[in-house]
This record gives sequence, structure tokens and C-alpha cells, in this order.
Amino acid sequence: MTETTTVPESETPRALTALLQQQFPDTLIDFHNHRGDETVRVKREAIVSVCQFLRDDPRCKFELMIDLTAVDYFEQHREPRFEMVYHFKSLTHGHRLRVKTPVPEDDCRVDSIHELWEAVNWYERECWDMFGIEFTGHPNLTRLLMYEQFEGHPLRKDYPMDRQQPIIELREIDERNQYGRA
Amino acid sequence: MSMESALAEPQLSRLPLEAEEDTSIMAIEVGPAHPAMHGIVRFTTYVDGETIVDMVPEIGYLHRGFEKESENSKWIQVIPYTDRLNYVSPLLNNIGYSMAVEKLFGAEVPRRAEYTRVIMGEISRITDHLTCVGAAAMEVGAFTFFLWFIKAREYLWELIEQVSGARMTTNWTRFGGNATDLPDGFLDDLQERLDKVKDILDECDKLLSKNKIFIDRVKDVGTISKEDALSFGFSGPMLRACGVPFDVRRSDPHSVYDELDFEIPVGTVGDCFDRYLVRMEEMRQSISIIEQAADKMPYGPIMTDQRWVDYPDKKEVYGNIEGLIEHFKMVMEGHQPPKGEAYVAVEGGNGEVGFYVVSDGSGDPVRVRLRPPCFNYVQAMRHMTIGHYIADIVPIFGSINMIGGELDR
Repeated sequence: MTETTTVPESETPRALTALLQQQFPDTLIDFHNHRGDETVRVKREAIVSVCQFLRDDPRCKFELMIDLTAVDYFEQHREPRFEMVYHFKSLTHGHRLRVKTPVPEDDCRVDSIHELWEAVNWYERECWDMFGIEFTGHPNLTRLLMYEQFEGHPLRKDYPMDRQQPIIELREIDERNQYGRA
Repeated sequence: MSMESALAEPQLSRLPLEAEEDTSIMAIEVGPAHPAMHGIVRFTTYVDGETIVDMVPEIGYLHRGFEKESENSKWIQVIPYTDRLNYVSPLLNNIGYSMAVEKLFGAEVPRRAEYTRVIMGEISRITDHLTCVGAAAMEVGAFTFFLWFIKAREYLWELIEQVSGARMTTNWTRFGGNATDLPDGFLDDLQERLDKVKDILDECDKLLSKNKIFIDRVKDVGTISKEDALSFGFSGPMLRACGVPFDVRRSDPHSVYDELDFEIPVGTVGDCFDRYLVRMEEMRQSISIIEQAADKMPYGPIMTDQRWVDYPDKKEVYGNIEGLIEHFKMVMEGHQPPKGEAYVAVEGGNGEVGFYVVSDGSGDPVRVRLRPPCFNYVQAMRHMTIGHYIADIVPIFGSINMIGGELDR
């Protein structure tokens, strides 16, 4: 098993963690409550079912998918290299939860959760754009912040800060908007 | 458009095949550089007559690599960068980022610093709403409104200038406190200026809230249901306009908001008019919060005395070797928050501004992530505009208060 991100503070699972432990006994890798943020790490294969449970179960009711991002632990020489980070907020119960899942470099993919919250669509596109993590099942996994011809994924730690890319050629407007033009 | 059908039709980069043969559909580019676009964003809009049948938002024109830049800086060097995110309420970003790093440190902020942060943060919220409402009203024809609101905003920015030294590029918070205390006579000046702003708000309220021409342009335009808004990850005034009383200041009380009394205005249907009303009322609530905080303003230090969070006193630095070494190490190696991660949400001008920071115990951040509130709104533009007239893009886009610096980072 890989090391955890944070120093665990000899802690007991809080309510949501205990619930997830009971519901998904085999998929929970570890948990921590560092600085009061309830955090669980789950296996990559289970991310969709865990998220579905978090959204629908009356004890969880996470209506808001607050944030979705990744962290690159290249410089820390961590295996697996990437980690997906999801933040959820429940308005019914008022609690927050952070769910993380490891993503190895050689199989850089994770199942898309776009069917659960609409907001996920763009967040996953951004994450793919920035980190090159592929979201299986995403309907339109194209670059969001960078342009199509951009090479590489800028938020990876091995993408150099000062790397320059060639200026792209101007696209013909007609080519882009061929539909609708009579 | 129901949620299911929106899911079934992913973000199209081209029209569906049947539309290809339908010559009545025309593509119109709105933006990237258009007078009604705040910042730079492009909407490729497909219209049938004047009705929008599809639209594809394209963002990223203002991408400056905030996160990459931050991860290649020291922790403290990120603070000036946060000014450039939401540049009409920069202080709220300053506060959010500092709170995130303070959480990593486990540092306490002195009470006077918390109260000043509340005052400055609420002033920023008012300037944010003034900009949004003023600009949105101007775009549908109420130009007077814009001029008056910009005047009011200037009163408030001068207050911010008195404290931080700059109107927009504030760079005011530090880890464990604030860079400067309130200057002498600030609270009296604050009250005077708040009174002026209140007058302007009342006057503009009379001018616009019952104005038939304005209401015709914004009522039942850009409506989004409660369920869809939640699914799209809305927060702040946009979500409250749909009738969901979610406010980070109340749901996850940070700073000293739990000691202050304020109400959370909510809308009913979630159209552009509701968003306008919610923002107008929030400005009044913010004024009330500022007045309460000014009344309760405690005396005391404005920076924490926790070691390694703040630089040591100059007296220490020049007076003894420990202080000198500590100062040297903090300048050369940067602040070194303990290994860990933290997410902090603050109620920004237009929603939940979240900072997710990861530290490996060194002076260089592993990850600095901003959760921009208007990212979700721009994503929902397609959902909100389909079926409306093309002219409705202007009030809808005005009401979402997109800030390019924050959206594209």
C-alpha cells in the first residue's frame, strides 16, 4: 500500500467515513481528518459507485459537487503518481467530504462521473487538459482552457515552466462554422 | 430543457446531423471580443430565426497559468497573484488563500485581524455586486445605473486604498493576519461612505426595481431550476436566486461571521430578475455586517505571534541570533507549512471561492488549486440560453457575473 498524503493524527473514523467503511469495506484504502477535513481514499475502480452512493444515500445527500481536480506527486516520487481529488458539499446535512483516488502514470485513466452531476463535465475536461488524466466514458473529452494544438499537459510537474510552443495557424472561420451557412 | 436531455446531448462542438441540412439555422459568434462580454469568452451560438437552438461556450482566453505559476513560487508569493483572480473583489481571494495556508499551519488569526478581514471582505462583496448589477443594467439600457454604481464603487475602493494602499491590486493579507491595520479615523470615514452608498442603492432601487422596461428584459429570462442549479454546482447569489439558502458564511462559518447577524436573501424562480434582487439585498446585508463589525471592533494585534507563520519582529531580527536566523530561513526558504492538505471555502462575490492547497512540508507548494465559482455558471450558459432569443444572452450573461481572471485562471 502506498503512503498517505498526510500525517495521520491517530484518529477515529468520523460518521461518513464509518458509513463508507461499512458500505464499501473492500474499496476504502484509508482515511484521515487532517485539520478537520474529512477525507477518504478509495480504490479507482469504485469511484463511480462511491460517488453515486454519496449523492443518493439519504445519510450522505451530497447535492453539490464542489470541486474536482488532480495532484501530481512527481517530485515526491510517490507511486502512484497522480491522485484525483473530489470535494463534495451536502446542503441537507451541511457536511463536506473529500474523496481521493490514486491514478498511476502508466494507466492514466479514471471512470467519469459526469452522469451524476452536470458540473463534472467541464471539471473533467479541465483536468484532462491540465494533467492528461483520461476520464473513461466522458462524452466530450477535449481541451478546455488550452487550445487544441497544445502539446502536453501543463500542470504536470515534468512540464517545464518556460517551455514555449509554436504559434498556431489561424483557422479559417468558414471551416469552423460550415453548418448553418447557406 | 430537462436535465436528462441535457445529459444525453453532450457539449456539441458541431451541430447534430439533421441540422446540417436545415439551412434555416445560422451560426453567430458572440465574442470573444464583444462589448457585452465582460472579459473574454466566446459563445458560438446557433439560431433559428432569433431563437437560440444551441450554443457552445469556449473559455480559456485569459488563461495565465495561475496554478502552475503558484506551484513554482513560494507560498507567500502567491498572495499578489490572488488579486488577479476575481479582480473586482480581490480582497476576498486574498482572504481565502491566506485562510487555506493558515489551515495548513493550524494558525490562529487575532480577533482584530478577523474583524478587519470581515469589514474589508464585505466591502469587496459590495463592490463586486455593484459592478455586476451596474454592468448588467447598463447592457440592457439603464446607463444611469451604471454610472451611479461605479461612483458608489469608487467610494468603497477609496476605503480599500486607505487600508491596503491600492484599489484593486491589494495584496493585503498575510499568513496569520493582515499586512496593515486600519488607519486612524477609518471607521468614521467608513460610516460616511456607507451612508452615501446606501443612498445610491435606495435611489437606484426606485429607478430600476419596478421599471417596466427593465423587468421585461430580465423577468423569466435565463431561468434555472433548483435541481439543475445544484447539479451544475451553483453557489452564491446564483444558487440563492433559485431559492436555496446556501451561503458559505452561514453553512461553514469562517472568520467571525457566526458572531454577526445577517440574513440570507433568496429568490423564488431563479431568473435574471431574481439574481438582480438577491444581489441588491445582499449589498444591504453586507452594509449591515460592516456596521456591526465596526461596532464590535476589538483592539489588539493584527498578526499572529506563532513562530514560523509570520516573520519575527524586527526587534528580534536585529537583536538576537535566533531571530536573525529565523528571519533568514523564512526569507530564503519560504514559509514551510507542515505536510498535509487543506480546502477552504469562502463566500466570494459570486459564489464559493475554494482554495485547495497541498504541502509536502517544504517552502514550495505542491498544489494550489482555485475553485472558481463562475466556471459552473459559464458551463450552464448553454442550458440557460437554449430556447431564448439571442438578445437574451446579454442579460443572462450579465447576471452570471463572469470574471475572466477567475474563470480561466
